[in-house]
Amino acid sequence: MSTVEQTDVLVVGSGFGGAIAAYHLAAGGARVVVLERGPWLTGEDFDQDFRFGASGTRIFDFVIGNGMSLLGGNCVGGGSVVYFAAMPRAPRFVFERRGSIGRRMWPATITRDTLEPWYDRVAEALPISQLNWNDATYAGGLWAAACAHAGRTANPVPAAIDRELCTNCNWMLAGCRFDAKRSMLLNYLPAAVSHGAEIRPLHEVQQIARNQDGSYQVAYNTVHDVDYRVATGSGTIQAKIVILAAGAGATPVILQRSEPALGKMPYAVGRFFSGNGERLNTAIIDEDKARSVLGLDRGDGRAYAANQIGKGPTVASWDDLDASKPEFERFSLEQLYFPPGLGTILAQTPHADASVPAWFGPRKKEIVERWQSWLTIFTTSEDDNEGVFGPPPPTGNATRFSQQMLGFGPLTYRPTANTLRGWELSDAEIKRVLEKDGLAEVRPWTNDVVGAYTVHPLSSCRIGDDPATSALDDTHELRGHPGIFVTDGSAVPGALLVNPAFTIAALTERAMPGIVRAARERGIDVRYGAPAPDGQTAARDASWTQAVRLAGTAGA
Amino acid sequence: MKPHLAAERVQTMTLEAFADTIVPGEKRFPGDLAIAGTAGGGGAVAAGAVDLMRTEAGGMADALPDLVQALNKHAEAYRDELRLELDPDVPAFVALPAGHRATLVAELVRPGHPEKFLWVGLAIFSNMAFDTGAHLSTVDALAAGHPGLTALGYSQPDADGLWRFPDFSYRRPLAPLHPHTTPTGSPA
Repeated sequence: MSTVEQTDVLVVGSGFGGAIAAYHLAAGGARVVVLERGPWLTGEDFDQDFRFGASGTRIFDFVIGNGMSLLGGNCVGGGSVVYFAAMPRAPRFVFERRGSIGRRMWPATITRDTLEPWYDRVAEALPISQLNWNDATYAGGLWAAACAHAGRTANPVPAAIDRELCTNCNWMLAGCRFDAKRSMLLNYLPAAVSHGAEIRPLHEVQQIARNQDGSYQVAYNTVHDVDYRVATGSGTIQAKIVILAAGAGATPVILQRSEPALGKMPYAVGRFFSGNGERLNTAIIDEDKARSVLGLDRGDGRAYAANQIGKGPTVASWDDLDASKPEFERFSLEQLYFPPGLGTILAQTPHADASVPAWFGPRKKEIVERWQSWLTIFTTSEDDNEGVFGPPPPTGNATRFSQQMLGFGPLTYRPTANTLRGWELSDAEIKRVLEKDGLAEVRPWTNDVVGAYTVHPLSSCRIGDDPATSALDDTHELRGHPGIFVTDGSAVPGALLVNPAFTIAALTERAMPGIVRAARERGIDVRYGAPAPDGQTAARDASWTQAVRLAGTAGA
Repeated sequence: MKPHLAAERVQTMTLEAFADTIVPGEKRFPGDLAIAGTAGGGGAVAAGAVDLMRTEAGGMADALPDLVQALNKHAEAYRDELRLELDPDVPAFVALPAGHRATLVAELVRPGHPEKFLWVGLAIFSNMAFDTGAHLSTVDALAAGHPGLTALGYSQPDADGLWRFPDFSYRRPLAPLHPHTTPTGSPA
C-alpha cells in the first residue's frame, strides 16, 4: 500500500510570499515543504546572456493573456530573483482607496500606520536602504534633471541592493550574478532551509483537495528542467495548512482548478485582478539637448547615451501621488530599464506613418539604432481591478508555447475609462516633461501587440472586509476554506501606485502571527517569534504589540 | 510559383520576407528577392531571424510550414484584391513590394484579427533575433558583429564575459526631493 507523503505546512511558490512564510513556520518548529514550479538557480548560474535557454528564459515567464500580458519570476525565489529591487512603501492614501466598489478596498485593520512595523521587519531582513544621488544611474539622473527642469521633484528610490557588490550591469531580469540584489535566495530561503524547510524546484502544483479530517491534499507535476511543457511525473502531498504564494497570475488558477474538489470558491477568486496600472513610455533623448538644456555631462564627452548602464529604476517622481487628487488621476513616474527584446519590441517610433503600426518597420529600426539614448519611464497608476481569469488551462497557469518563458494564459483585461484616464494623464505628463525644450521625443508602448502588460500582477485573490469583493479575510485565510492562506501579490487589494514587492512582503510578515496561530489550532507544534533571517531582533521586537494581537497564544 | 521551387526554399524566402518587414535590412546580393532593401545595414534576416524561428526552444518550428502556407495565401488574396501584377515565380508574400508587405502584416497583427497571435508571434521572433540574437550566446554574437546588437550600440563585456560599469552616475543632486518624503525614503 502506498502512503501519501505528509507535512505540516505546504507552501506553493517561493517568492516573497512563499519564502517569508516558509521561514517563519520552519523557524517556529513546523515541518515545511515548499513546491516551486521553476528551477533553483543561484549566483554563477545567472547568465548575462540573451540566448534562449540561458537563465533569462529559465527563470522568467511572459504569459500573454487576452488584453493583458503578465511578466514574472519562475524560479526558486520567484519574483525576488527577477525584480528590480525598488522598494518604496505604498503611500498612505493607497490604503484608503475605494476603487469602483463603493467602499474601502483594504481591511479596516490595515493602514499605512499599522503596516509600518511589518515594512520595518522586511527592511531589516533584506536589507533595504535609500539610494542617494551617488547611486542614481545616468538614466535616473537624466530623469531627475528633466523633472526639475519641468518643475517637478524627483527622489532616489529605496532599494534592496548591496551597493558595494552592484556592477550596474542592468542584467537584473536574468538574476543577479553578483549577489548584489537582495533576493529571497540570500535571506529568508536559506534561513528556512537551515530550520529544516524542504524546497523542491520544478514541482508545479495543479490542484488542492480537502480530506475528511479538514487537512488538504496537494497534487503536483514535476516539470522537465529544460522543456517546461513536459511533465516528468506527478505526486501528492498531504498538509494541515496550505499557503498559496504562486503569484497573482497562478494562485487563482490553482484555486479555480481545485473548485470541484475543494468546494465553491469565493466570488473574488480570479476576479478584481489589477495590473498595478502599469504603463511604459520610451523617450528618445536628444544628446545635445541633454547637455545644453539640462547641463548633463558624463565627463567623457557624452551627455547621456547610457541606457544600458544601471540597476533598473533608481529615481522616481512622486508629485502626482497626491492624496487630494481624485482617485484614478494619481500616479508615480519612475525611471526604468528593460533589456532589449522585452524592452524594445513594444516601443513605438514617434514618427510613424499613421497607416502602419509604429512598432515595426524602417522607422522603428531608426529609433532602435539610437537605443543607448533611450529613457524608459514607468507609470504606476490606479487601474480599476478589471481583470478576470477564465477557465484554467490543463496544467499550470498558461499553455506554454516555447520550451521556456512564452505562453498563453486565461486572463482577460479590458481597461475601463478610469484606467484609461490614468494612463492618458501620465502619458501627457511624461510628454510634457521630456519634450520640453526639445529634450526628447516620447511615445507610449503599444497595447496592440500583447495587450496591456504588467510586471506587477496583483489582486486576483484579494484581502478585504467585504465577502462579495474579497476572497480572503484580513488574516489572508481563504473564505470558506479554513487552513488555506494566500500571501502573494494576489492578496493585495488593488494597485499600489509604486513597486509592490515591499508591500507584498510586509503583508506576508503581518500575516504570519495569524497563520502560526491557525497552525497551532490544527495541532501543529509551532511558535511565532523568529528574528530576522540573520538573527536581528530590533524590528521583531518593535512589531511585537501587533504580533501578539494577531498571534493570540501562539507567540513564543 | 514554379513547382520545382523546393518547399524549404519557399519557406526560407517567405520567412525572410516577413522578418525583413519587421526589421528591414539591405539586400545581400543583387536580385535578393526576400529582402526588400528598405533600410541600410543588416536587419532581422541578417541577425538570424529564420534560425531563431527554427529553434526547438522557441516552440515555433513545427508550425512554420502552416504559417508559411497561410501567409502566402493571405498574400495571394491581397494581390488579387488589389489586382497587383506580380512575379508568379516566387512565393506570393515575397512577390509583394515592401509597402504592401507592411500593409498586409499590419492587417494580420491588428487587434481583433482572428490569427493575430500567430503573426504577432512571428513578429516577436523577428524582433528578438535583431534586438537580442536570442539563438546565440550574446558574448559570441557581439564578438561576431551581430547586426542587431551592434546597431543598438550594446557594449562589449569585460574579458570574463560579464558587464560592469564603474562609471554609472552623475554623482550630484539633480532635482529637489519631494517635500513629504519620509525618513525611510518613501512617499508619505
